[in-house]
Amino acid sequence: MRQALSPDDVKRIARLARIETSDAEAQATQAQLNTIFDLIATMQAVDTRGIAPMAHAQEVYQRLRDDAVTETDRHAAFQAIAPAVENGLYLVPKVIE
Amino acid sequence: MPDTTLSALAAQLAGKQISSRELAQQYLDRIAALNSSINAFITVDAEKTLAEAAAADALIAAGNAGPLTGVPIAHKDIFCTDGWLTTCGSKMLHNFVAPYDAHVIQRFKAAGMPSLGKTNMDEFAMGSSNETSHFGPVKNPWNPAYVPGGSSGGAAACVAARMAPAATGTDTGGSIRQPAALCGITGLKPTYGLVSRYGMIAFASSLDQAGPMAPSAEDCALLLNVMTGFDPKDSTSLEREKEDYARNLDQPLTGLRVGLPREFFAEGLNNEVAAAVETAVAELKKLGATTVEISLTNSKLAIPVYYVLAPAEASSNLSRFDGVRYGYRAPDYASLDDMYCKTRAQGFGAEVKRRILIGAYVLSHGYYDAYYLQAQKIRRLIADDFNEAFKVCDVILGPTAPGTAFKLGEKSDDPVEMYLNDLYTIPANLAGLPGMSLPCGLDSKGLPIGLQLVGNYFSEAKMLNVAHQYQRATDWHARAPEGLK
Repeated sequence: MRQALSPDDVKRIARLARIETSDAEAQATQAQLNTIFDLIATMQAVDTRGIAPMAHAQEVYQRLRDDAVTETDRHAAFQAIAPAVENGLYLVPKVIE
Repeated sequence: MPDTTLSALAAQLAGKQISSRELAQQYLDRIAALNSSINAFITVDAEKTLAEAAAADALIAAGNAGPLTGVPIAHKDIFCTDGWLTTCGSKMLHNFVAPYDAHVIQRFKAAGMPSLGKTNMDEFAMGSSNETSHFGPVKNPWNPAYVPGGSSGGAAACVAARMAPAATGTDTGGSIRQPAALCGITGLKPTYGLVSRYGMIAFASSLDQAGPMAPSAEDCALLLNVMTGFDPKDSTSLEREKEDYARNLDQPLTGLRVGLPREFFAEGLNNEVAAAVETAVAELKKLGATTVEISLTNSKLAIPVYYVLAPAEASSNLSRFDGVRYGYRAPDYASLDDMYCKTRAQGFGAEVKRRILIGAYVLSHGYYDAYYLQAQKIRRLIADDFNEAFKVCDVILGPTAPGTAFKLGEKSDDPVEMYLNDLYTIPANLAGLPGMSLPCGLDSKGLPIGLQLVGNYFSEAKMLNVAHQYQRATDWHARAPEGLK
């Protein structure tokens, strides 16, 4: 049987996913995630030895395109919708002291 | 608003009985009258719609019209639409005006089809009831106390309420077919790779596929002709000869072999849904079809497999929402990391966060093999079951959903109960097969019942043929909610 997730586990995963989570939220989320993982656990009983994993519905290969410029400069249009920009740069809090 | 098929509307436009502007205005009027109660649209912009309609009228006047030029259509708010607010049903994108068109939008623009607006949806297409939308739930036009299904709930509801003659949807685990079923319309999820995902905000990239939603199968065939086609900007787009999906509509069904998976008629299926689907099977037999019982043994594992793979892909896809380049940014933060964490905590709703957490967990060190790899292996077993089944049948038939529409709030506190809605639709996504839902009855509460067809890869024309012949013999697809007329 699978080990149930604790609120600390939830906080650790939320940290990996960069989602701020309070203790109260972790508590509530833990119960729901455990119900979902109980459902997911039903697949553990299946013997899949020798089965190749299927990542994709179609056998596709990565196409290569010509090494040519195809896009126009849309810098201004893309920056117009950003939360904070200055001199053509995206502004974020300082990361280097 | 009279019930009119896309081909009839196109004929009226071509015959100059009505202009595209007049037609668009009729639908805009109906949207204005009904949207406050149905909430099917997040964004309506009459000026833009009428400008596109005027351009369509010019194409018609110049003799440059295509088969659907001038017919308006509503687009799910998951498709980036140049100059239009594109929210994906999320606070995270509540202010995102897309700077380019999705390939699907480009196609409909090139076909001269004006956009009626952007339809409501579950946040990031994660949901089966449209209740996770940041912009409030959509109401089912057949009874506003009930959900329309999801995630393409706004699309299904606007077509059912005749606020649009057609709509686009997307389907990752049933998001076209289940709302189509719950709202009494026809919807088709094509073979994975037929419709480009470029500009379609990603949920689970190996499963996401866009498709048409409209009253009838014939309408869907015409829309599919517009939507499909190779796009070099989507690395999973398939290079295939262009086909006419309406070419087989009028073929008789004599000799058609219909596979009935015993797992789709087992415990958990509502009796009224089962009875309506069985009546539809009898109708197809009258039209010359034969039935064969088949088994999709591993389909019972589709939900657990899906709730590993889809969240895993989502946790990766949704990492792009960081408050730096577009969309929502938290107002207060102490550092870059804090900005990410607060932006994502405030910008995403509860269901989206749950799925990101599931995905982050199943991909994390020590759990990858037990969850992600195991799910991918069972995905192959599920696909293999279909391959075996299609050796003895041409199309697979069953219910679209285990029941009809449920009440708003009835399942929203229980994620697992909500997930079980997609029991019959998820297997086709995992295998990459085309699936469609069409109306086949009403239950004792007057709510629509959906019939699902799953076809082999690239057999859309055959499925549409089966659905069209069924719709010629029955009138479920022509029914509309009475209270709204």
